[in-house]
Amino acid sequence: MVAFLRRHVAFLAFAVVMMGLPFFTSNTYYLSVLAFTATRLMTSLGLNLLMGQAGQISLGHAAFVGMGAYGSAILTTRFGMNPWLAMVVAAVVAAVVAGIIGIPTTKLKGHYLAMATLGFGEIVLILLIQVKSITKGTDGITGIPSLAIGNLVFTQYNPRAMHLLLWGVALLMLRMSLNLADSRVGRALKGLHRAEVAATSLGVDATFHKVQAFMISAVFASIAGSFTAHYVQYISPGSFTLTFSVLLVTGVVIGGLGSIWGAVWGTLVMMILPEYLKQYEDATNLVFGILVIVIMIFLPGGLVSLGSALGKLRTRVGGRDRRAADTSDPGSLEGNARRPGGAA
Amino acid sequence: MPILKVEAVTKRFGGLEALRDVTFSLYDGQIKALIGPNGAGKTTLFNLMSGMDRPTAGHIYFGGKDIGRLAPHQASRLGVGRTFQHSKVFDDLSVLDNVKVGRHAKSTAGLLSAFFTLPRHRRDERSISEHAYHALRRVGLEAKAEEPAGGLPMGERHVLEIARALATEPRVLLLDEPAAGLNNEETDQLAESVRRIRDQGITVLLVEHDMGFVMDISDEVVVLDYGRKIAEGPPLMIQNDEEVIRAYLGEDLN
Amino acid sequence: MTFEQLLQYVASGLTNGSIYALTALGFTLIYNATDIINFAQGEFVMLGGLSAVSLHEAGAPLPVAFAGAVLTVTVVGILFELLAIRPLLRSGVLTQIIVTVGASLAFRTGALMIWGRDARPLPSFSGETPVRLLGATFNRQTIWVFGLTLVIVVALQLFYRRTLTGKAVRACSINPMAARLMGVSYSRVVLLSFAVSAAISAAGGVMITPASFMSYASGSLIGLKGFAAAILGGLGNPLGAVIGGLLLGIIEALSVGLLPGGSSGYKDGVAFLILVLVLFARPQGLMGGRIVDKA
Repeated sequence: MVAFLRRHVAFLAFAVVMMGLPFFTSNTYYLSVLAFTATRLMTSLGLNLLMGQAGQISLGHAAFVGMGAYGSAILTTRFGMNPWLAMVVAAVVAAVVAGIIGIPTTKLKGHYLAMATLGFGEIVLILLIQVKSITKGTDGITGIPSLAIGNLVFTQYNPRAMHLLLWGVALLMLRMSLNLADSRVGRALKGLHRAEVAATSLGVDATFHKVQAFMISAVFASIAGSFTAHYVQYISPGSFTLTFSVLLVTGVVIGGLGSIWGAVWGTLVMMILPEYLKQYEDATNLVFGILVIVIMIFLPGGLVSLGSALGKLRTRVGGRDRRAADTSDPGSLEGNARRPGGAA
Repeated sequence: MPILKVEAVTKRFGGLEALRDVTFSLYDGQIKALIGPNGAGKTTLFNLMSGMDRPTAGHIYFGGKDIGRLAPHQASRLGVGRTFQHSKVFDDLSVLDNVKVGRHAKSTAGLLSAFFTLPRHRRDERSISEHAYHALRRVGLEAKAEEPAGGLPMGERHVLEIARALATEPRVLLLDEPAAGLNNEETDQLAESVRRIRDQGITVLLVEHDMGFVMDISDEVVVLDYGRKIAEGPPLMIQNDEEVIRAYLGEDLN
Repeated sequence: MTFEQLLQYVASGLTNGSIYALTALGFTLIYNATDIINFAQGEFVMLGGLSAVSLHEAGAPLPVAFAGAVLTVTVVGILFELLAIRPLLRSGVLTQIIVTVGASLAFRTGALMIWGRDARPLPSFSGETPVRLLGATFNRQTIWVFGLTLVIVVALQLFYRRTLTGKAVRACSINPMAARLMGVSYSRVVLLSFAVSAAISAAGGVMITPASFMSYASGSLIGLKGFAAAILGGLGNPLGAVIGGLLLGIIEALSVGLLPGGSSGYKDGVAFLILVLVLFARPQGLMGGRIVDKA
């Protein structure tokens, strides 16, 4: 029992805090920010698996969130499908699409991979805007029904129930991600990321596992999109732009790719910081963009590396010659092939 | 019947011929060395045997099956294990976790088992741990199991790669310059490990520049020069082969 | 489609294509020097166009506004390199992507604060009366854009092939280690690449503004299409960038004419479709770029 607690203390503490929050505030605005934070966390966790564990890059993940949101919206409003079932169907579609484009995509690396996924995201966005007969174009889809279990309906007007539902799912996904990282599949992904040739020489099927990771991250994103659609009850293509994809990636990277917890801290920062920056109005994005650059330059390992970075700084200031415990730079997915000054 | 047979293998990279018509066999329980000056095509041959690259012409038979066109993970699953000349250890994973990756193909727990730590996952994890520790003990690295692999000195990094490959339960183990960066004492320990591995029924093919080590440990030696095989035979014979001496241009083979 | 219509589409394609070509060339210069894909490249185009608008509104004649805008953006490019890129040269691809994307967000917002949301025009370089050629009418600006683009491409080519500095830059892109040993200052080469890259993208921005206006948000799409053009031609290949850009412009324009319903809504998708297809089928592009990362 003690061992169990020690192993899971961080997760349990976080879960208790998040699930307990609605009982300390009834401010609907705070609760709505937290609800969006939960759905963002779902997407971030998938991206963290894809990027942090498997070493892939996706600049098109808004497309998968969009597939979930639009899938749910279209299936429920047009075909009267049960929202829960619609969510599952949308996630399956997202997984299939991810599987199909994942096979050629995951053969690419570095900038090429980033640009291919970006192109995919833009194509999906243009389809969402242009195929008006199904998506209603830029008008968006209104009247998306709420999720319900029996008589319990999850709406904005019932923020506590909504909070518990969204955070319950987000925490489940966090637990699943933590479990995966410490498993046979998780280690295979980490191996592929660190040294692909070595991992394959040990029997790891690179294509299979990369595509699988791509599919998982697509499913997480799609589910997040479905929840958002049912929560807001209205969606339009403007929510699924490249900017959104980039924000998703930025959150995950700022949090730190070295650990699943990076997705958590990154999401919290990305969702809460802009709320504070709102006072700067138009300059919000300017301040935000600069903050992102500063974090990346001074903390390439992300927020989860803050502790060890401070430790290093202290040793440097203290002048003691202690070998830094953490020499890895999880921010460097693919070592830049041609570094000036580096060994060729 | 040889366990591994390289038959008339040629490999060209564009206009450059890295291997030309190389043929030799590896028999069960042998320790065989592949030597030759830099650029002789030794690592290229390793890459062909382990599925990292494909021969331009010729065949590589492993247990009677042509493996020349397999993917690396397929070659590994058939029983070809290898290490790398330039360390490819997973730096920020622990030594133990590095070896655990070697158990990948010998375990089956998939995504769902992992997500929900189902019994199958737990069963697998137990067996993976046991085998990984066992592999570390075989090379004498068990004391460092929990350390981050990136912190190991050069020599031990290679030993870790050997343990990792052993965890895959290979029938043939390809070692690419295992003695590089080792001092005399460490080289002796390595030789001891390699013999023990052979005694446990694993056939070893190694590329090495340390001639003392090669001549001491090998049952047979194949010499490559500019992609051609110029000699093959027991160490004593190789040491006195005129063409080999000429290829090494007076380098001391003893 | 009549021959005249075809010519018309090709001409309009060449106008946009020229800008894609210059943007792609800008990407290529920076990529060859640093292995970085600068996601803020399109913002240089936008800043060029809007700076020229402001200078012209302040009373500067067009050529002066043109030169002033190019100079301004060159300085921005240099500052960007010194402040944001220099610390990143040894970082991983992902960090570089995030930082250049962060910069593009910052540039865009800065532009929003300076110039507001409206798209701003600039007068044509030499009047609005169209020119008739081969039975089709051409916008005069089209000829300016295409002509100036050719001049810039040729001038760059001469610079990189004939001058000592140009040769040093090329040496660095082929083998940075060897170039350093020969006494070429790598950091100066990177700085120069950013300056030149920003300058030509800004020039593209000034040239396209009379034809299609410019707003704070116009840069990112131009930048992405410029990147698609660079990939189409072969990433890292300057000639490929130019050809890829022109080709992309023409394909885009023709797609508007050929697609059923003549819907221009799908036009923007063409570039991305080409981008994805090229990456999947032939990542080295038409002209054969540098080897795809196999790190």
